[in-house]
Amino acid sequence: MTKKHFENAPISAKKFMDELWRYKKGSTTRRHFLGVTGLGAATAVMASAMPMLTGLRSAQAGSIGDRVSMATWPNYFDPANFEQFKKDAGAEVQVSVFGSNEEMLAKLQAGGTGWDVFVPTNYTISTYVDLDLIQPLDLSRLPNFDAKFYEKRFIEPGTVNGKVYAVPKNWGTTGFVLNRKKVTSNPTSWKEFWDLTKTSASGRVMVHDYQLTTIGNALKYFGYSFNSIDPKELADAEKLLIECKPHLFAINSDYQPGMRSGDAWMSVAWTGDGLQLHRDIPEIDYVLGKEGGELWSDFYAIPKGAPHLDAAYAFINFLLDPAINAKEVAAHGYPVPDSRTTALLPKEMTTNPIMYPAAELLSALEFGAAVTLTNPLRAEVMARFKSA
Amino acid sequence: MAATQTTSGPGNRVTAMLLLPTTLWFLLLLVMPLVVILIYSLGERAPAGGYAPALTLAQYANLPARLKAFTNTLTLAPLGTIMCLLIAYPLAYYLAVRAGPKIKPFLLTLVIIPFWTSFLIRTYAWIYILGGRGIPQLAEMIGIDDMRLIYTPTAVLIGIVYGYLPLMVFPIYVSLEKLDKRLLEASSDLGANPFRTFFQVTLPLSAPGLVTGSLLVFILLMGEYLIPALLGGGKVFFVGNALVDLFLQSRNWPFGSAVAITLVGIMLVAVAVYLKLVGRSDKGGDQDVSII
Repeated sequence: MTKKHFENAPISAKKFMDELWRYKKGSTTRRHFLGVTGLGAATAVMASAMPMLTGLRSAQAGSIGDRVSMATWPNYFDPANFEQFKKDAGAEVQVSVFGSNEEMLAKLQAGGTGWDVFVPTNYTISTYVDLDLIQPLDLSRLPNFDAKFYEKRFIEPGTVNGKVYAVPKNWGTTGFVLNRKKVTSNPTSWKEFWDLTKTSASGRVMVHDYQLTTIGNALKYFGYSFNSIDPKELADAEKLLIECKPHLFAINSDYQPGMRSGDAWMSVAWTGDGLQLHRDIPEIDYVLGKEGGELWSDFYAIPKGAPHLDAAYAFINFLLDPAINAKEVAAHGYPVPDSRTTALLPKEMTTNPIMYPAAELLSALEFGAAVTLTNPLRAEVMARFKSA
Repeated sequence: MAATQTTSGPGNRVTAMLLLPTTLWFLLLLVMPLVVILIYSLGERAPAGGYAPALTLAQYANLPARLKAFTNTLTLAPLGTIMCLLIAYPLAYYLAVRAGPKIKPFLLTLVIIPFWTSFLIRTYAWIYILGGRGIPQLAEMIGIDDMRLIYTPTAVLIGIVYGYLPLMVFPIYVSLEKLDKRLLEASSDLGANPFRTFFQVTLPLSAPGLVTGSLLVFILLMGEYLIPALLGGGKVFFVGNALVDLFLQSRNWPFGSAVAITLVGIMLVAVAVYLKLVGRSDKGGDQDVSII
């Protein structure tokens, strides 16, 4: 392990001194020295932490600037595509990973994120518009987006008051993953999910650190709407959550490590994680609760004041290229609402029941509602559950 | 010389100028933010989250909703401090009194070396050590089944002791290092056994280091966020975690501010009580228990 670590280190101490010596003697250029020692990259990282230093440089470094910063979700992109974008367009992709839309909103509300692109979920976009945190998109700069190839219900949330603010990234469902070797009963509902949590799977279950899905699926236990903001219904959900808390393994939206190590046996999960886990560990299965749950679509959007606007458009357009988009899907396993991209996917993906669940399971699902994002009671129920 | 310091004139001006940066720093980065937080704590949550001006104590009335976070912090922070102390003292004693001059610099370096790697990365490492494929798997080999460590209070405590131990070792080491070894000989010459020498000579003389180390660890632990977040799995919740949630998830800035103010208040009281207790136990001697 340690050996490998050193092999991966950019440069050894001895080599560094050699290079420094050569640079001092003038036998190599400054550019070569910065490149080979990794100091160039280190400087770039430092500069990105202090944006006021970079105003002058970004104007010189190619037409769209040298970087694009994106806020997105865990396990939701193909790093190879980012490398490709860097090669083609010259801009490096910097990624911040989030666990909930609330957290993304909080960062944008506080200001100074430096993000160029972010990935809001359907139900949040109208709030971003109300709070003036998102900019309308100039579709002429996104030639790869063509509405006629997209499924209507998945692009609609991106349009608010007749203006397009966001273009679709992926869609998916929220169900749960379970390890069939550990959980031998065959749960098919949220009721069974929570009951198992309290009994035979005690200490082995994870839920998202995310009010929408965690509270939503607790509401489903009682057959209420996933989006309920009714105080009595939320009180029932809170009671169930607090009852289950001692039986949880963890509250975390990044549940793949726990499932992969075998520490966790079940977790609330999204489509793509279900697919990725099932692909690598066949006994892990993805189940949609038969009472329903969440159907969602994510979007690419540009926040107000994005520092690298040209790069943001170029990057979104690049990712919406069907050939690139198909590679993204192949890597993360979330379906796309773009029929051009779907046509490029291998058959084992397009017929995969995790990605494309049966119609009767899909019809029970609900889109998240905008009100859940700003409702103070839902936020407080989640916070109380976590600090209980 | 003493006269020039007390009279007004250029000396005073120089003193004022030298103090200016510190004063500005103190006012801009400590006092002003505290005032802002205090004002926020009297406000209301804006409809979409954030702060809306108001003058209400409602946020403070809601504090019992975070009782568990406070009790967790107020049990695990002192417990962590005591465990650090119990482990650090023998180590510091060995380093300061017993270790030979050759091995001592080497051992001191070993204590410092962990600081060369980011604390975040070291805490991540513990996730794997305490996770199902770490210690529990080893325990299974020797027949202890179904051991659960990660995401429990025990895991958080292990992380705390691991992370904060060096902060406790150094102050104790420094005060033991200064200890006049002839006092130990004198004690022994006067007929005290090693046990009595330790409790009546060594321990009281190292009290300043003990107090400094304990305060350093305790104060930092009260505001701890990272260790419970990573090793507590969102289940072992400190006030720091509640604060992050209130600002980054619920976006309830006023309530978050009220929790923050309360935490500062509790900390001040705890530290004052602690110093008072330490001061009293030390009343007999003229030993001055200063923080540093």
